[in-house]
Amino acid sequence: MRQISTERIIDAVKHAAMNGNFELGEDVVQAFHTAKKQEESPVAKDILDQLIENSILARETRVPMCQDTGLAVIFLELGQDLAIIGGDLQTAIEEGIRQGYKEGYLRKSVCHPFTRKNTGDNTPVITHIEVVPGDKLTIWVVPKGGGSENMSKLFMLPPAAGWVGVKENIIQTVISAGPNPCPPTIVGVGIGGNFERSALLAKKSLLRPLDIPNPDPELREMEKELLEAINKSGIGPQGLGGRITSLAVHILMMPCHIASLPLAVNIQCHASRHVKIVL
Amino acid sequence: MGNHPIHLETPLSDQDIEILKAGDRVTISGILYTARDAAHKRLIELLEAGKDLPIPVQGQVIYYVGPSPASPGRVIGAAGPTTSYRMDPYAIKLMQLGLKGMIGKGKRAPEVKEAMVKYKAVYMAAVGGAGALMAQAIKEARIVAYEDLGPEAIRQLRVENLPAIVVNDTLGNDLYIEGQQKYMIE
Repeated sequence: MRQISTERIIDAVKHAAMNGNFELGEDVVQAFHTAKKQEESPVAKDILDQLIENSILARETRVPMCQDTGLAVIFLELGQDLAIIGGDLQTAIEEGIRQGYKEGYLRKSVCHPFTRKNTGDNTPVITHIEVVPGDKLTIWVVPKGGGSENMSKLFMLPPAAGWVGVKENIIQTVISAGPNPCPPTIVGVGIGGNFERSALLAKKSLLRPLDIPNPDPELREMEKELLEAINKSGIGPQGLGGRITSLAVHILMMPCHIASLPLAVNIQCHASRHVKIVL
Repeated sequence: MGNHPIHLETPLSDQDIEILKAGDRVTISGILYTARDAAHKRLIELLEAGKDLPIPVQGQVIYYVGPSPASPGRVIGAAGPTTSYRMDPYAIKLMQLGLKGMIGKGKRAPEVKEAMVKYKAVYMAAVGGAGALMAQAIKEARIVAYEDLGPEAIRQLRVENLPAIVVNDTLGNDLYIEGQQKYMIE
């Protein structure tokens, strides 16, 4: 059986946390350039220029692109033929985040719900583990900001709501969020499953790079229809008015209970940070 | 819009801000104070207890930001604005004491906008998520209160040409509403 040490996992997570906060993905930077070409508002064009400049500065100066370096969300695909040695996986992930946020001078943004006392090391981490065939460990490190997370919503719709109802609730979520989640956003949508699975699908949909189309043609059409509707809202970059409110809509869908139509909308700010590592 | 930005030097007077209109681009130089919701809560608790505040308020500008830590050799880490509605429950009290400016991102409550007209104050948006870029305008930073709050401590910043856009002016205009209406497609 293939083995992997927790030391390697710690090191990989640590560097991913830092690099993720300093280096905006090329897919997102390209989307800013495309948005600038489509944008009509001069203020909005100016903002997109600032975002492009910010991404270059962050990369060059190793200052985080956004001061909200996020609550660390980790998606793991653990190959069932892989043995982890030298400790337990969850502890290794937490240690990687702890070290990355310390060494990278990233903001510690985790606190007690009521006293608001900071935990001091950006843990605990939100971890989602899936066991898959094979002997690899795939890790996505996703620092998620609070501003866009706060504007996310979950709906348990009646089945009669259908696509029309789903569409209406997604658009309304984006419109009522307005400038708060730092548009231009990426709208992650989870349809089906159950209460918690819909939320997980919505978040997971955000792992897909912006330059990769949805492999499902039905979902691809739905994403296109939603993006067009959202970008008619006029909210624009930073909510100051413009054509590009969202850069993309990403959907994941699965079957649900005969009584339900769960819908989750997870909004991602333009600082869409997701680093994928395969060990 | 698109014209040369209006330059502001803090502290601000009523005259300084009455000329500002929603949609104006500004650059700000001088002293700013940082505060997020945790610090605001403590400030208001002091006022309610009849005690002095650790920072001046009259004529001042508060920047809603919780910067990331400064790495060695730097003044500050990333320092873009946080979402402002969380400060809405506290903002009116500070405007009554003469606060002239707030910098953040996102919509303000109707009563906060009304208070800006009544007490003459403006709300300006900085580009959210442009933390590395905003940090370039910050020349000095030191903690002046509530160090235990970490990123939420109150810092005194000296800034040079910090870029922002006026969202809510003293006439009750709101760029978030007007900007969206202008580009909305029915």
